[in-house]
Amino acid sequence: MSVTDSTKPVGIEVSLAMAEAVKLAEAEVVAAYPITPQTHIVEHLSDLVANGELEAAYIPVESEQSALSACIGSSAAGARTFTATSSQGLMYMAEMVFIAPMLRVPIVMAVANRAISGPINIWNDHSDIMSVRDCGWIQIFAENGQEATDLSIISFRIAEDKNVMMPFILNIDGFTLSHFIEPIVFPEAAKVKKFLPPYETTHKLDLAKPMSMGLLGAPEYYAESKKATDNALLGSKPYVQKAFDEYAAIFGRQYKLVETYRMEGAETAIVAMGSIAETAMTAVDEMREAGEKVGLVRLRLWRPFPVEEFRAAVRGVKTLAVVDRHFTPGFPEGPVATEIRALMYHEDDRPRMSNFILGLGGRDVPRNHFKYVVEKAKDLGAAGRQGQYEMVGVQE
Amino acid sequence: MSKTKISMEGAVKAGELPLGFAARPGSTRNFKTGDWRSARPVLDREKCIYCGFCYIYCPDGVYQDMGPEEKYYKADLDYCKGCGVCAQECPKNCIQMLVEEV
Repeated sequence: MSVTDSTKPVGIEVSLAMAEAVKLAEAEVVAAYPITPQTHIVEHLSDLVANGELEAAYIPVESEQSALSACIGSSAAGARTFTATSSQGLMYMAEMVFIAPMLRVPIVMAVANRAISGPINIWNDHSDIMSVRDCGWIQIFAENGQEATDLSIISFRIAEDKNVMMPFILNIDGFTLSHFIEPIVFPEAAKVKKFLPPYETTHKLDLAKPMSMGLLGAPEYYAESKKATDNALLGSKPYVQKAFDEYAAIFGRQYKLVETYRMEGAETAIVAMGSIAETAMTAVDEMREAGEKVGLVRLRLWRPFPVEEFRAAVRGVKTLAVVDRHFTPGFPEGPVATEIRALMYHEDDRPRMSNFILGLGGRDVPRNHFKYVVEKAKDLGAAGRQGQYEMVGVQE
Repeated sequence: MSKTKISMEGAVKAGELPLGFAARPGSTRNFKTGDWRSARPVLDREKCIYCGFCYIYCPDGVYQDMGPEEKYYKADLDYCKGCGVCAQECPKNCIQMLVEEV
């Protein structure tokens, strides 16, 4: 009897739940290198393979660069492929990360988000993923354990869709999500089989029908190749929502590209990504009770950016308090705020906007930080000032 | 609308590239690198002893063995990038690099 056979919620660490979900997705190859705080995911997968619960090749490689290289090869050869990494591991893997989208190999990779060194820090923020933001993968952020589990299955469906064929990064906050024990409802194995048909590649690396992959792109080809990859990434957006809708029809949990919380009549909106949005929701509830017209907009899909969905979510809002979990040294705003300001620039009725850097390197983010950013964003907006980011709670 | 007509467009349309930028094996043959060259190797067949150093040292493998009758190696100028390694390594000093005239 496996935990995934249970029809009731199971108390389980989120990393382990994700590994169990990858088992339900019947991944055929897992190649990974251990790095905190991702380790429990692949450690548990290696257990599942060793115990015969998952029929897959587990490749213990010597580095993250090798991990993704192995994944690219196995995905190209037609195997459903999974890996996971964090922080320094993602940095070490970076060379291959940028190559995978061009090759159109639908690998699913969990990234347990962690600060990058230095100083050495193993705790959560988004500096790892934001440092490879432009890698060309579909990128999504899970908020809680149930979502991380469901997305571990949905990711394959999206990535392997014949109309998509793109690698997929599933971000979960390191420790604050990866290491928490939460009640998880596992989708029924037979229904997962129905939702997720076997992977069939569209351009197989096959000895019987040889093909070269990873070619030189001379100046007269390179730009066209990049354009083709971006068209594929931008074109994947409707298939992300389609997979969410089909998952909802079978399993009853509906996901959207952009989530909103108590945005009815909101004059101020917090914009956040990942697990801190759970804390933000509680803070919004408390502020609403105190009469504050505030709501929350959470970006689930980060790439391709849900431009229209985001604009629709914040329409009519006077003030935005945009939260970043990473910052851009030498630039006045963090990556999320920079992009949102760029997206809103051409809107006639654009809101005032301020940027707050929260929870760097695992610094705790309590509810009152969200109250603070809402008050501060309103003050700055009223004064017509919208400038430099504020690193909340930093001692100068 | 911009009135400036642009040049230097790509060799193919993005939408017409094969999925994954993959190709049938041997596509390098279609990629003629000879026009990268600023100087070409010219062989003095009188001095050539058919030792094969040029053939062995050429980093691009452009030298072809012309056989025991002809007794020399010929550079395929469709691919020779003009690096001059053959001229440098020739023990009889019988390869000269002749600057390409435009």
